[in-house]
Amino acid sequence: MKNLKYTLVGIVFGLALTKGEAISWFRIQEMFHFQSFHMYGIFMTAVPVGALSLWIIRKLQLHSADGQLIDAPVKPYHRGIIPGGLIFGFGWAFTGACPGPLYAQVGAGYLVTIVTFVSALAGTWVYARLQPYLPS
Amino acid sequence: MDFLYRPWPWYVAGPIIGLSVPALLLMGNKKLGVSSTLRQICAACYPAKIPFLNYDWKKDSWNLFLVAGILIGGFIGGTLFANPEPTRLSPATVDLLHRQGIENLNGLMPVELFNWQTLLSVKGFLLMVAGGFMVGFGTRYARGCTSGHGIMGLAALQWSSLLATMSFFLGGILFSYFVLPYVLAL
Repeated sequence: MKNLKYTLVGIVFGLALTKGEAISWFRIQEMFHFQSFHMYGIFMTAVPVGALSLWIIRKLQLHSADGQLIDAPVKPYHRGIIPGGLIFGFGWAFTGACPGPLYAQVGAGYLVTIVTFVSALAGTWVYARLQPYLPS
Repeated sequence: MDFLYRPWPWYVAGPIIGLSVPALLLMGNKKLGVSSTLRQICAACYPAKIPFLNYDWKKDSWNLFLVAGILIGGFIGGTLFANPEPTRLSPATVDLLHRQGIENLNGLMPVELFNWQTLLSVKGFLLMVAGGFMVGFGTRYARGCTSGHGIMGLAALQWSSLLATMSFFLGGILFSYFVLPYVLAL
């Protein structure tokens, strides 16, 4: 299975999210109330590590293991960025979970968060249904 | 194995999270992102003739393998090697949460709020069902989440990702300050 290597990345990513307590509902409230540096420290180290590695990869014009020239993602502005971002933020404060932690919280044994996860699926489905009518 | 039981400081967890960016790029020119998997699962399970959900989701199924790993990572870190100690929250947060009526600060979730019984109450319904719904709706509308915009997009120096990340935080701060206290008092 050529995709199994991505599961390995996911395991390390999910372990770091969990052990770094980025999936903790308590840590998320602490973050939104600016009462600890912890979560900001995670962002402020994860982003530069990602940015520096992307810069080196692009500078050296590296190719991926399957032979593609690695490119940087382009994320153009659209009218859903701010309203969508705010709505997600509302849900983040309620659930203590962004989409990565949705999976990790279930794995961490908080089985009731399966409900949160299924609701997130429902939210995505309703967005898809309403998409033609929303400004984008 | 002690390092698996203990929580990791931000300067360990953050760089490891950041390294998933080059790992995915080098393996297959893949861009880190998690919320797209919610669309993938919708497309696979119930596309219902909706144009947004009718595409070849199998072509991008690599990200389903990624999130399967995140679930396993959560199992290893949160179930197999769960931290036996309470989270070292700041005293101000402990005080705030106690004042909001949350007694049990053990583990990663407040079990007195997130359990099968409270699910049937207004409070539990808002926190889990409405909360989850907003996560799924909002991330797709913004076309990315904390991973896709907050880490990958910012690492690629995308202005729209910065705007998205600021919106995530603004929304979270507003609800955490001004809405959550009323929900918790229900």
